[in-house]
Amino acid sequence: MQIFPFIVVAWILAVGLYGIVTSRHLVHLIICLAVVQSSTYVLLLGVGYKAGAAAPFFSDIPRSTPAVDPVVQALALTDVVVEAAVSALLLALAVQAHKRFGTLDPEDLRQLQG
Amino acid sequence: MTPGVRRGVFLAGMAAVLAFFLWGLVGLPGFGHYPGPYGDVLNAIGIRQTHATDIVSAVNFDYRAMDTLGEEFILFAAATGMGVVLRHLREERERSAVDEARDRTDPGTSEAVRVAAITFTGPTVVVGWYIVSHGQVSPGGGFQGGVILATAFAMIYLAGEFLALKRISPVPLADAVEAVGAASFAIIGISALGVGAAFLANVLPLGHMPGEVDSAGTIALISFFVGIEVTAAFVVVASEFLEQTLIVRRH
Repeated sequence: MQIFPFIVVAWILAVGLYGIVTSRHLVHLIICLAVVQSSTYVLLLGVGYKAGAAAPFFSDIPRSTPAVDPVVQALALTDVVVEAAVSALLLALAVQAHKRFGTLDPEDLRQLQG
Repeated sequence: MTPGVRRGVFLAGMAAVLAFFLWGLVGLPGFGHYPGPYGDVLNAIGIRQTHATDIVSAVNFDYRAMDTLGEEFILFAAATGMGVVLRHLREERERSAVDEARDRTDPGTSEAVRVAAITFTGPTVVVGWYIVSHGQVSPGGGFQGGVILATAFAMIYLAGEFLALKRISPVPLADAVEAVGAASFAIIGISALGVGAAFLANVLPLGHMPGEVDSAGTIALISFFVGIEVTAAFVVVASEFLEQTLIVRRH
């Protein structure tokens, strides 16, 4: 099936967004954001895949071996680093939100804000 | 907006998004039919130009080094930002991690966890160091190896107490190391200007043989400093969170 990996991308994106919209806990919400972002990894690696090709590492295979796109793999690496940074920062904000309001439920947070 | 209404609005919107997404899929080349050409070009000339047999590292630390510099500063800014967000607020003080309940004693670390963590600390450092230093040859590089190296510090935390970790890697020291790693990347880029090349151009000798550890010029050097920066950044992030467990609010 030629478009199956891209359907997986859509599915991961959709369940992640659903989790964010219906979340009742900030840590859960941040994990859902990580799920949304992981859909982009699948998309990037799926776009660069070439049927029957090797990974773009030529230390132990002949130089002329067909290999998949290294650019999208480098982009996926960037993506992972940014996600780690964003998650860390958001979790820190969640810690402070819990200290200030005593709850991590987004519904209650909104009511406290007035 | 009640949760039920919000869910309904979301499902309607998501259905529309998915419809457009599937419509877009029809026009794609299909999985496994990579249209090129950038990846193919890089795979063909990357080894000759950079002497790196890991083309992903060549892309990260040479062809797209400018973007990676920005990416590294995102990590740097996030680690620094955490320090700002998790600063000690008024009426917060720090105390050692003793159990808050009076009728129980602090359980301490189990011997099994302690032995396992101590056993794996050394090998973790070796693996992390290997991944950092061989990024130009085989899969890996500064980002991946840096995270593994930071795991070694987490092991030290598991083997002892947080206060022991704080003695080995105090946050100010980790902050300084992080800054050195991030600044070195930029300095390597600027020093290329000094010899008349473009910013972040690969100006160092490329080594005799692609696939050897001393090959690939600035790719290996940048990967090394990125490894240092990532290790320190993750140690800072973990320490900031662990420090929160020591904080007691005065009421």
